[in-house]
Amino acid sequence: MSLLEVSGLHVWFEPPSAAEVHAVQGVDFALDEGERFGLVGESGCGKTTTILALMGLLPPNSYVAGEVRLGGQNILAGGEDSVRAYRWKDIAMVFQGAMNALNPVKKVGWQIAEPMAFHGIAQGAAARKRAGELLEMVGIPAASGERYPHEFSGGMRQRAAIAMALACEPKILLADEPTTALDVMVQAQILELLTRLCADLGLALILVTHDLPVVAQVCERAAVMYAGEIVEAGATEALYHSPRHPYTRLLFAATPDLYGRDAMISIPGAPPRLDTTAAGCPFRPRCDVPLARCADDHPELRLVEPGHQAACHRNELVGAL
Amino acid sequence: MSESREEVRPAPAVVAGATAPEVPLLDVADLTTYYQVRRPLTERLTRTPQAWVHAVDGISFRMARGEMMALVGESGCGKTTTAQTILGMVKPTSGAIRLNGTDIAGMDERRLRPLRRTLQMIYQDPYESLDPRFRVRESVEEPMLVHGIGRSRAQRETLAVEALERSGLAPARLFLDRFPHELSGGQRQRVAIAAALVLGPDLLLADEPVSMLDVSVRAGVLSLLDSLRRSDDMGILMITHDLSTAARFADRIAVMYLGRIVEHGPAADVVRNPQHPYTKALLSVVPKRDPRERSTPQILTGETPNPVNVPAGCRFHPRCPVAEERCKLEDPQLRLPAAATSPSHQAACLLI
Amino acid sequence: MTLPLQDPLLSAEGKGQPSRRTGFFRSVLRERKSAVIGLAIIIFFVVLAIIAPYIAPYSVTTPSCAVYAPPSLQHWLGCDDGGFDMVSLLMVGGRISMIVGFAATLVAMVIGGGVGILSGYFGGWIDVSLMRVTDYLLVIPDLVFMMVIADLWGASLFHVIMVIGILEWTSTARIIRAQVMSVRERAYVKRARGMGSGNFRIVWRHIMPQVGPLLIANTVLTIAIAIYLETALAFLGLEDPTAVTWGTILENAFQRTAISSGAWWAIVPAGFAIAAVIVGCFLFGQAVEDALNPRLRVAHLAIRPWRLRPLVGRGPGAI
Repeated sequence: MSLLEVSGLHVWFEPPSAAEVHAVQGVDFALDEGERFGLVGESGCGKTTTILALMGLLPPNSYVAGEVRLGGQNILAGGEDSVRAYRWKDIAMVFQGAMNALNPVKKVGWQIAEPMAFHGIAQGAAARKRAGELLEMVGIPAASGERYPHEFSGGMRQRAAIAMALACEPKILLADEPTTALDVMVQAQILELLTRLCADLGLALILVTHDLPVVAQVCERAAVMYAGEIVEAGATEALYHSPRHPYTRLLFAATPDLYGRDAMISIPGAPPRLDTTAAGCPFRPRCDVPLARCADDHPELRLVEPGHQAACHRNELVGAL
Repeated sequence: MSESREEVRPAPAVVAGATAPEVPLLDVADLTTYYQVRRPLTERLTRTPQAWVHAVDGISFRMARGEMMALVGESGCGKTTTAQTILGMVKPTSGAIRLNGTDIAGMDERRLRPLRRTLQMIYQDPYESLDPRFRVRESVEEPMLVHGIGRSRAQRETLAVEALERSGLAPARLFLDRFPHELSGGQRQRVAIAAALVLGPDLLLADEPVSMLDVSVRAGVLSLLDSLRRSDDMGILMITHDLSTAARFADRIAVMYLGRIVEHGPAADVVRNPQHPYTKALLSVVPKRDPRERSTPQILTGETPNPVNVPAGCRFHPRCPVAEERCKLEDPQLRLPAAATSPSHQAACLLI
Repeated sequence: MTLPLQDPLLSAEGKGQPSRRTGFFRSVLRERKSAVIGLAIIIFFVVLAIIAPYIAPYSVTTPSCAVYAPPSLQHWLGCDDGGFDMVSLLMVGGRISMIVGFAATLVAMVIGGGVGILSGYFGGWIDVSLMRVTDYLLVIPDLVFMMVIADLWGASLFHVIMVIGILEWTSTARIIRAQVMSVRERAYVKRARGMGSGNFRIVWRHIMPQVGPLLIANTVLTIAIAIYLETALAFLGLEDPTAVTWGTILENAFQRTAISSGAWWAIVPAGFAIAAVIVGCFLFGQAVEDALNPRLRVAHLAIRPWRLRPLVGRGPGAI
């Protein structure tokens, strides 16, 4: 049994005086212990909403459907009240722009210790000591816990945010674009830190990003999201070397490589609107190899090889992509 | 198309001395831009010495027409300040910026204004760089109105349509009356490019032109810039932190660290045969697209130091993996490394 | 060389915003009923003020009924202490009150808007010196100042207008200055400057449109305050007693023992009219200000936490 099983996850947003937005449309995936899993996609594909839903951190006026089973238990079943018990204790998150999400008027050490009291792990001096240990674990001297966030540099603040996520010893760490606003050298430091922490603490990691090379280097398995759905999932090696969905293939081709010689392409068009339902494959308007049936027949995520799934009708043809 | 382009293009600067070699499009010589650190009253009273932020600390480079040069570096290296100084938005502390031979460093706004036709900038944020209340037509016509191009509304519209179509927004008539919020990020950036093109600039500064766009549209905008500089003989100075993009599109790359250019040369040479330890480290930590290619990243410790306290000697020595004793004493200048494969490849390191 | 068209005409984003510049006020009126009510009240009184001399049933200079005559069919709201018809007094008085309110507000807006824009756009010593002046005027107590001025220069409507205008521009200046400072930092303004636009052009084309709605909201609110202050001044006897304004109507009634005579019709209608205009201004002004603040978009009563939605009659992957 996997550590985390997500099945049939849907999220709808109800903006005021506008049509309902179907942000996440039936996402299924599983995460094993200690696994590093990447969730890749461009802006608006629903990847951030998906991991927010795993923690029940959805905005007001939204709906969720489906199951998120943590160790067999569906943590969403009881709504906000049931998921709160698991939040931060079993599954914690490093937010997008976490470095800017630190409370500017509280010392960093205090902010790390805060969730410990709520979950009954440690209090007072013991919590502060543990906060110091966590800071050391992420590469910051423990004494810096007495400083305020504005005294930290961007990279240090991101490390502090990671320490905060680890406060209650979760089994799963969700990282939403953890290095997007950072320089490439600091990004390398943070990614190396995350990889080391996962190995040392046996953490499972879900890394959400639009940056394909980051996922390629850090994650063993990944899923590519488009218009609220997972269009392909499998080992990152397989996604790069034998993609089974045109979007995956084109996305890699649109990402420049430092020493690569192939032409960098762009994908014409834009993702579909999520407040209307359209028939057929959502990628069809931008696909370079559409079939006739793609216009009306919505492809389901199917197994194409052991451990490799894709939602594309081409896989049923002989000699696919 | 040719008649209107001749009208739009300003006359080139007259160069004294007909036998002089061709004047480079842009010639930056020993440019420095320092900012004063604001001191609280207590420090001013106790006469604590004024601290300066050495944002740009002596850089020199040249650009030719039709060349794309990438200014690469991490935050705090001074690349954005360099662009701001060249554009005239920030006053340099010393040095020269010669645009077609005319020194515009520190020039006052009145004299600079007519020259702004030859020098335009594309900004990083496509969601903020267009006035949300202007239609596309107005955003593209605004530069024409400011500089007095186009004698009538109809003529301006023709020029606007031409610029939009050259920026890949065709048929332009469909875009003219749209507002920015009705366009995607890539389209907005193309509108910004059209608004710059309409003046017929000789030099285009592009500050991270695609970093806020989705991956799938980046190549389109970059290819557009690439083709424009070839067809219009326009120089493009691209500021970016993305080495892969620089390697793909630029002719030359200059790597900046803490206000100085530490390596400079043809893009292929800088990327495949880096000479400066900083460049080598930077290239090694760029993640590879292929999961099977496991790189050995040379991760430097710490972060780029504050440009207020520039280390003595070689400014990179505190983080340099191969620093020696003499690196703490001597400040290296750009010179041709022994292992360079091209005569215009330079690096500022004592050990090469 | 043409490049292939990359992106479709319309993107998936931002369809909820008005496509035309004037659409902002239209959307405010559409979304908030309070704005419609407020605007209706204001328009009603403005129209009334304009046509007052033509539709007032009786003269306000010659008495037409008995002192404190109660409401009757000929005089719907009765008469005041001088025998003048209340309805006519209200109409004519409303005209003057509105003129004073609008004129004073115009003075305040011109000074306040100008100071705010200059201060916010140029910064530096211009900003510092203008803000110091603003600060000094901000802390002067309004009524005390007015009493002093009225004492020095005499009581007249013109003085009332000037005094209100001089005192009320300060808060507008601060608000406009803050908005101009934030707009000045936006990328498109910097781009305009880099393109070679002059200061005047930047302020006129880029900053004013952003500041405009806020200025209008502030204007409307200031009208309410100006009318209120006019009433206060009249009530304190600092206004020309021969002028007919809502304030003087109230003051007359108070001085001439309308209450002890039980002549509620001499006080309540005027008070009600003043209150109505102020409420109308506030409703509209607040609605515009709220609409300008994007964070107040969602009606608070409609917020509820996220909920589970059962997938009725559908399999997990079939949506």
